[in-house]
Amino acid sequence: MMDLLEAKFKMNYSRFTLDVEMSLPSKGVTVVFGPSGSGKTTLLRCLSGLEKAHLGYLKIAGHVWQDEGIFVPVQYRKIGLVFQESRLFPHLNIQENLLYGYQRTSPDERNLQFDEVAQVLNLGTLLTCRPEKLSGGERQRVAIGRALLTSPKLLLMDEPLASLDMQLKAEIIPFIKRIEKKFKTPIIYVTHSMNEVLQLVDTMVILKAGKVENIGSVEEVFSDVRLREVVGGEQLGAVLETRVIEHDEGFGLTKLGFMGQILHVPRQHIPVGQSLRVHIHSKDVILSTVQPKGVTSVLNTLSAKVKKVGELDPEGYSVDIELDAGRPILATITRKSLTKLNLQLGQTIYAHIKAIKMMHELEDL
Amino acid sequence: MDAEPIWISFKLAGVTVVILLVLGTPIAWWLAQTRSHSRVVIEALVALPLVLPPTVLGFYLLILLGPNGWVGGPVQALTGSSLSFSFSGLVFASTIYSLPFVVQPLHSAFESIGKVPIETAQSLGASRLDAFFSVIFPLARRGYLTAIVLGFAHTLGEFGVVLMVGGNIPGKTKVISIEIYDRVEVLEYTQAHILSASLLIFSFLVLVMVYSINRKLPVQVT
Repeated sequence: MMDLLEAKFKMNYSRFTLDVEMSLPSKGVTVVFGPSGSGKTTLLRCLSGLEKAHLGYLKIAGHVWQDEGIFVPVQYRKIGLVFQESRLFPHLNIQENLLYGYQRTSPDERNLQFDEVAQVLNLGTLLTCRPEKLSGGERQRVAIGRALLTSPKLLLMDEPLASLDMQLKAEIIPFIKRIEKKFKTPIIYVTHSMNEVLQLVDTMVILKAGKVENIGSVEEVFSDVRLREVVGGEQLGAVLETRVIEHDEGFGLTKLGFMGQILHVPRQHIPVGQSLRVHIHSKDVILSTVQPKGVTSVLNTLSAKVKKVGELDPEGYSVDIELDAGRPILATITRKSLTKLNLQLGQTIYAHIKAIKMMHELEDL
Repeated sequence: MDAEPIWISFKLAGVTVVILLVLGTPIAWWLAQTRSHSRVVIEALVALPLVLPPTVLGFYLLILLGPNGWVGGPVQALTGSSLSFSFSGLVFASTIYSLPFVVQPLHSAFESIGKVPIETAQSLGASRLDAFFSVIFPLARRGYLTAIVLGFAHTLGEFGVVLMVGGNIPGKTKVISIEIYDRVEVLEYTQAHILSASLLIFSFLVLVMVYSINRKLPVQVT
């Protein structure tokens, strides 16, 4: 079964309509991304069964949870929910919180055990505490553990890290990755944060005004010219899955390869062969029609083909160009440069990468 | 001194509170959850005994519970005895009369708990009933305590409704508040003093106990 989840929801509110149709893979982390008010949380509530869409269809791993005349209530769906606030029960201690769902899962459906989850999430020392004694990060780990202990078929997370500071986020992200790898629980994750996207995501769903604007791999989505207004100017560009080819100790650089192209980045302390995901902002991509001759200070030049020119805004000064460098890359140049370059679709061009913004190791499966 | 009115008062208040907790919980829960427009009507109905003169309430209850009333008639046909001027009739009347004193604290307790805990419990596999008893009830403990005390005390202190529906029958429907009135009427001030002071001290002690328990309960933050 390739598709885990087929969903179709239509909901009308007085000032908002959710109208989505999507099909998502059965593994990994899928991020739902979009501006506030785009319907991310409503979509998650529909998926969980907390909200009943007037018109809806939902099929997960072969089970139909919603269709005409069918609506499986939330307590019978095997779904784990984690929200921005931990939502721990204040009258129960940590162990009782963790066991709340576990005890309500029939023994033959429990494929995760208490000790295992407590160990992965490092909860051993907290069990007898009351929720109010815990830090925000600890509470969030407990909330994740509690959801996992129902042995869910799907984990839905609504900005689970949004209320935590950078350090706590960095503390929890590895746990989420570990869950996905170890327990093979598919995760649907709502976030605003590019950082979380780059570290966690396999598939992206972009929502805009209650509609699915795009579904695809991070690489495709972050280089799509149509998404400027949705994702926000700063974030667009390219997300490239690369592999470490070698380290250049003399110059303190690491050489990364993807689709026959090479990128140099500051020395990374990870072994050769390891995957690395890099993020390039479209404003840091400079285009030229000829291979640079002579000496330049630019370290990274990719050869690419012009694939698509974004819509021209007669008021604005810049325009997005979608390039194919084996992987899609987006460049933002001025309208003036566009006229000077006289770009043709399919034309070969050289893309100089001024800066590589963020790098995240990806654990190999 | 005759202890019968004291016993009847306490029995009446106890039975009424138990009935009100069973009835009031679903009403308060529904009021806290629903988005329906009929909510305001139900809320107003529940609050009516707060504003109506006890005699008005008592008058209608008397008609309702009488041998020809909508409630009294069928009951008389079934059991052969009338509801008016009986202990059961008093319980019925007190339940209506004290309803807002139980429903309102529960309503505000449920409202302050919000939807999140029950949704969380359901997402963890609890049925609505299970979620209510394992999560909502413990979180609403303060509301229940207030509801029990207010419901009990208010029933204990009622006068007008009891007089009209119960008819002041010694050993059956004569409660403390009426007994005190009777003593004052016949100028037996000593008896009236003893009863009044006992009720006053009792009420005061119960309230002190409730507030101190309330302080000791952990603060519930959702």
